[in-house]
Formats: sequence, structure tokens, C-alpha cells
Amino acid sequence: MTYLRAVYTIWLRDVIRFFREKTRILGMLGQPLLYLLIMGNGLASTFKIPGAPPGFSYIHFIYPGIIGMSVLFTAIHSAISIVWDREFGFLKEVLVAPVPRWTVAVGKALGGSTVAMLQGSILLLLAPLIGVSLSALTVLKLLGVLLVIAFAITSLGITIASRMESMEGFQVIMNFLIMPLFFLSGAMFPLRGVSSWMETLMRLDPLTYGVDALRNIMYRGTPLGDYLVQFPLGTDLLVISAMALLFVGAGTIAFNRRE
Amino acid sequence: MIRVEKLVRKFKNMTAVRGISFNVDRGEVFGFLGPNGAGKSTTIKMLATLLKPTSGRALINGYDVVRQQDRVRRSIGMVFQDPSLDERLTARENLYFHAMLYNVESRLFKRRMHEVLEMVELSGRAGDLVRHFSGGMKRRLEIARGFLHYPKVLFLDEPTVGLDPQTRKKIWEYIHVLREREDITIFMTTHYMEEAENCHRIAIIDHGEIVVEDTPANLKKMVGGDVITISAGNNQSVMDKLAERFGLRAVVSGRGLKVEVEQGEAFIPVLIREMGEDIASVTVQKPTLDDVFLKLTGREIREENVSTLDRRRVFARRRLHR
Ligand SMILES: Nc1ncnc2c1ncn2[C@@H]1O[C@H](COP(=O)(O)OP(=O)(O)OP(=O)(O)O)[C@@H](O)[C@H]1O
Ligand SMILES: [Mg+2]
Repeated sequence: MTYLRAVYTIWLRDVIRFFREKTRILGMLGQPLLYLLIMGNGLASTFKIPGAPPGFSYIHFIYPGIIGMSVLFTAIHSAISIVWDREFGFLKEVLVAPVPRWTVAVGKALGGSTVAMLQGSILLLLAPLIGVSLSALTVLKLLGVLLVIAFAITSLGITIASRMESMEGFQVIMNFLIMPLFFLSGAMFPLRGVSSWMETLMRLDPLTYGVDALRNIMYRGTPLGDYLVQFPLGTDLLVISAMALLFVGAGTIAFNRRE
Repeated sequence: MIRVEKLVRKFKNMTAVRGISFNVDRGEVFGFLGPNGAGKSTTIKMLATLLKPTSGRALINGYDVVRQQDRVRRSIGMVFQDPSLDERLTARENLYFHAMLYNVESRLFKRRMHEVLEMVELSGRAGDLVRHFSGGMKRRLEIARGFLHYPKVLFLDEPTVGLDPQTRKKIWEYIHVLREREDITIFMTTHYMEEAENCHRIAIIDHGEIVVEDTPANLKKMVGGDVITISAGNNQSVMDKLAERFGLRAVVSGRGLKVEVEQGEAFIPVLIREMGEDIASVTVQKPTLDDVFLKLTGREIREENVSTLDRRRVFARRRLHR
């Protein structure tokens, strides 16, 4: 009970802070929108995939990818706030409190994933504009998947952030970990017919399965579905859940280990 | 309440705390007094379970700070030297989260929140973002937060740095009231000598070692009388003459000289008669803890340096909290 209370406290703080930062919400919505508009429209004309079914538009392809991207960046941003908290001292206040470290890590992971899921769900509102029809049930399923992906990524972020002493390291992490994870996931362009080493990397990228799960739920059963989806939904869900468990474990251990 | 035995903390290539031992009784206010880098914060962090001691042992409220961390944390409250508020939350939210983490019931929380905010005169600002507070208001809020859960032992690491004298005095009044009413034991660090006089007992720490530990009154007795500050054109010749004619050993302090004598007021006429032409001005003071520190270490905890350091710190806080 006291543990739950501690998790809830840490979670609540992240959510309150999120709603208070209007510019951050705008910024984090603006970015995916921009991608969607520019890349979706700009590339759609030049970007023809051989063998694509009729009615296929590039924007259908990247829509789930952009949602994945938004969740990825928001989740990482939330996790990195640990480093800010350390720099601004608030973390000390939490660490000296009589609550186990794991509740702090889990609360943080839940807070980050809630915020990321909220971001993702706002993007789901755009579906009709893009010509994707989603039933209420589909939306619920998508939200569930978004939450799991966000939880996994926030936990990964926490694992990294608990090792980081300052914000300087953040750029390095972004450039050498987050961006490759993003591009290899097939969110922006299909990784089909690429060289085999790249395909291997793509299969190793956990985010691939997250994006694929979104496509699975959105498009399965439509002519687009067979074309866009790579793996069975079961595989996708298994991988992202395993990833969530693995990373939250790693995050908790890393967080515990700090002196 | 606090029991420390041969506590040592080493960092990579230096030893910050070199085997200190002391005890603090229930309800006592115990002060650590020392210059920058003496090891005060390092000691406090070890006692609050945030740093592991390299060797030695410390018990808080009967619990070991290494093996019973959770019990220790339940017993203590902490006001850090550096800021530790969430600036993007309101004062009330900062207190609320603290109460949640320390398991304070919500009914109790409401009452205490009013009480502690009243104490630091921030009642009207509970709903404001901490970001919009002044440095002094933030500090007061942190102190209020430390009291919120009525800890058995409260650690205050330089609690009044950067505060004006009235606020400092006010905070000390609250500390004494709450301490008496709730039977709180207080361990604090400071490098303000006048602040240290609020303590029942003081340990003077320098280079990671306790130089002396006693009540402020007894420490002042160690100085052995009144302190006479002399300013003169030629310090060296006045020092020599004082030694030659009165057998007094003077020390250089700031621009002037300090000597201890039994009866300050009675000594002045004698001094003027003997050496009037060498001396520009003379003042007599009852001994302060500054004099004790000077006597024990041969150095001063220089107030002017302290205040520039404070300014730097306050500045650093501002910069950090843009
Ligand atoms: N994390 C650390 N790594 C390396 N050295 C440290 C660390 N923390 C403290 N020190 C060193 O230990 C010594 C004691 O530091 P401490 O912070 O305890 O001093 P203090 O008495 O609190 O001084 P101040 O009055 O400036 O707060 C200093 O020389 C400091 O450089
Ligand atoms: Mg200190």
C-alpha cells in the first residue's frame, strides 16, 4: 500500500508537470504533425513502392510510424528528466524519503508512459483526415499497445538516465541510440529489399515490433494490411511486452545501484 | 539519538571525513561548525543514508545508517544545502508530495501544511509556482518541508545561507518552538558563528576532523577572557612590544591584531599609557566563536569570504533555476 502510494506520487508529479507545460505539449505535437504533413505529402508523390496495392499512399505507411516516433521521443524526454531532477536537486528529496528506489523507478516509468501515451492518442484523432477509419475497439487496442511501448521505452530511458551525470551526454545518446532505433524500426520507410545486415539490425530493433503492432491493429484485414504488416500480431505483442519487462527490470536495478 | 563512531569517508584521492565520533541526545540542537570543505555536508549525507561511509558506524534513532536505511529514513527529515524543490510545482504541491512520500495522513497534512507555511510566512503563497519565489522564499519553503512530517531527527545543512538577518532570526525561533513541542533532535551545519550559538553543543570541524566539541559558553571560555582588537600602523612592532612588556601573544586578524586579556576594560588604559603612540584604535569584545576557531586552528572562518561565497551560491541557485 505504501509502495503503491509512492509509485502514485512519482507518477502524479510527472502528469501534473506535463499538463502545466503548454509549450511542451504544443512542441511535441507540432513535430509529428510537421513530419506527417511534409513527409507524408512531399514524399508521397515520389515515393512509389513497387507492388503496392491500389489506394496505397505513403501517408498510410508513415502514420503509425509517426505515432511511434511521437511516443518514442516523448518517453525518452520524460525519462531524461531524471537527469534534470538530479541537476536541480529534486531527486535528492526523493532519494532521502523512506520509499524503496524501485518505486521511484516504476513511478517514473509509468508517469513517462502515461504522458507519451497521451501524446500518441492525440495523434490518433487525426485518423479520419488521413483516411484511416478506426473503430472504438481499435482505438482502445492501439492505446494499450502505445502504453506498453511507451513503458518499455521510458524504462530504457531511465536505465540510461540513471547512469548519466549531466545533460551533455544526452545528445550522444540521442544520436547514437535513439535515432538509429527510430530509423531502423521501419517507421519512416519500409526496410524491404535492403542488405541482409540491415535487415538483421531491423529485426533486432525492438521498436520495429512496436510500429508493426500499430500497423497490425490499424490495417489488418484491409488490402493494405497484408502489404504493410511484417509479423503476426502475437509476435509483436510478445516482443514489446518482453521488452517492457526487461527494461523496467534494468531501470530499477540501475536506479538502485546509484549511491 | 545520534551516535557516530570513527566515521570515515574517502573520495577518490582525498579523505573528506577522517574518523569523527560524537553523540547527540534526544531534543538537543547539535551544530557542526567549520569552514568550506571541512566535511560538514559529507558527514550529513552519510548520516542521512545518501553516502556510504568508507568505514566507521553511525546510528540514528538506534538504527544503523548502512544496514537499516529504511528505518533511518523514516526517522529523519532533511534540508539540503543545495536547492531541492520542484520549481514547476506550487508550494502546496511540493509539500503534498513530501507528505505522500513520508506517509502523512491527508487530514494531518492539511493542518500541518498551514502550520509550517504560517511558520515561514508563506501562507498566502501556497498556490504559487515555486519558480516565481525569491531565493529566500524558496529556502523558507524547504525548511518548512523538512518539518512537515515531524521527523525525530532533523538535519539542516546550512539552513539559513542567503537569508537576511530577520528571517534567519525568525527561522531560529520556529526551530526552537517546534523542537520543544515535538521533541525533535536537530543536527545542523553552519559557518555562521552567530548562528552556531543557537546550538546546545557545537563541534568545530576542520579538514575532516573534530577539533573540539562543547557548549558555546564553554568554548568561549577557552578563549580565556576578553578579546582586544588593535589597529596599528606597524603590526610587527606592536606585536613585539606586547610580547616584551606584557607577555601577551597577539595574532594578526584582518588588518589588525587580536590579543586575549583577562580584564579588557581595565587593560586599555594601561595599554594606551605604555604604547599609545603606536596604536590607531582599540576595541574590546566579549569572545565569540570566531575567536575560538581562530585560537584552535590559527585561521579565521573569514566572514567576508563567507559572504562572497553566499552570494556566489545564491547566484548559482538563480542560474540553475532560470
Ligand atoms: N562527490 C564528491 N567527490 C569528490 N570529492 C568530494 C565529493 N563531495 C565532497 N568532496 C570533497 O570533500 C570535501 C568536503 O566537502 P563537504 O561538502 O563535506 O564540505 P563542507 O564542509 O560541507 O563545505 P561547505 O561549507 O562548502 O558546504 C571537499 O574537499 C570536497 O571537495
Ligand atoms: Mg556543505
